[in-house]
Amino acid sequence: MVELTLPKNSQVTAGKVWPKPASAKTLTEFRIYRWNPDDGRNPRIDTYYVDREDCGPMVLDGLIYIKNKIDPTLTFRRSCREGVCGSCAMNIGGTNTLACTKGMDEVLVKGAVNIYPLPHLPVVKDLVPDLTNFYAQHASIEPWLQTDTAPPEKEWRQSKEDREKLDGLYECILCACCSTSCPSYWWNGDRYLGPAALLQATRWLKDSRDERAGTRLDYLEDPFRLYRCHTIMNCAQACPKSLNPAKAIAEIKKMMVERQI
Amino acid sequence: MADSPPRVERPLSPHLQIYRPLFTMMMSIVHRITGVGLYFGTILLVWWLLATATSRGAYDTFMWVAGSPIGLLVLFGFTWALLHHALGGIRHFMWDFIYGFGPKERVLLAKATLAGSVVLTVLLWIVGLALKG
Repeated sequence: MVELTLPKNSQVTAGKVWPKPASAKTLTEFRIYRWNPDDGRNPRIDTYYVDREDCGPMVLDGLIYIKNKIDPTLTFRRSCREGVCGSCAMNIGGTNTLACTKGMDEVLVKGAVNIYPLPHLPVVKDLVPDLTNFYAQHASIEPWLQTDTAPPEKEWRQSKEDREKLDGLYECILCACCSTSCPSYWWNGDRYLGPAALLQATRWLKDSRDERAGTRLDYLEDPFRLYRCHTIMNCAQACPKSLNPAKAIAEIKKMMVERQI
Repeated sequence: MADSPPRVERPLSPHLQIYRPLFTMMMSIVHRITGVGLYFGTILLVWWLLATATSRGAYDTFMWVAGSPIGLLVLFGFTWALLHHALGGIRHFMWDFIYGFGPKERVLLAKATLAGSVVLTVLLWIVGLALKG
């Protein structure tokens, strides 16, 4: 359902301005979305100042600086700090991306780094959204090799050319930047699978070893699951791995036509 | 469990309010809006057709409304909406053949749709007004 405004309990209010670190020369302002499930209040925006001479260059460095030195209650996910795990996906400077691979100076809006959780998701706490539905949708496309012929004695063989068909698809780290950048997913995320799950569906549809393309396409052939994609392209713009979910979805749509003729 | 805490009502994270408007996204919205606009434009066309089939008076009334400054403005907007939506349709047709998804191409196509619709609308009106004399 298209709902352009936020529900009452989700409207963001002004928050606290935390003191600047003493004797810091170069400061960068961070404006961060906060919500605490225990205090019964609406979400708010807190302002922090990061001492750039005591901190690495990435947005994630800034968040860790704040958590260590200013406010230990600030909650966010992070793990690998090098764009491999996808944990620190959030909305930074108005675009979904990974905090660990985005430089602070790349995302300044009026001199500040603005950080929100991934858009249009239930918030668990601060920058941690609930991705249960997102993971369930990924599971629903059955992202594993499915075959009817008996397994070979050793591995399933694949030519170099066939393997190359998976380039641009297998690299997805399931960070959810793309799906939560998509207005179609915002309005119909309960029924539309979203760019991430569909890119993974393409990855298995294109795998020369997989023998269940027909069943996979049957599952996707649905006005909502697949066809809620209206080529808005926010997904391709957001992907921190420079993949192109919009194109992958177009390829599924093309397969749907091709199997009719 | 009996002693589990009451369920927390989780807020929905901000979306449209905070997402930076991307050019391709705005063009997608304009495609939608022009599509809706065409429904109303079609009603005008039906009115015109009915007026021609009804009577001299009905036709004169239509022509008077269409020739008024507001009428001309609406017709101009209708022309633009039609051409913009048509060019947007061609863009969708190219996407169906997996063309135009690259970062540069998709912005170029969006710009071409916008510029093309404006140029074609103005040209069409210049030709139309010249023919009318």
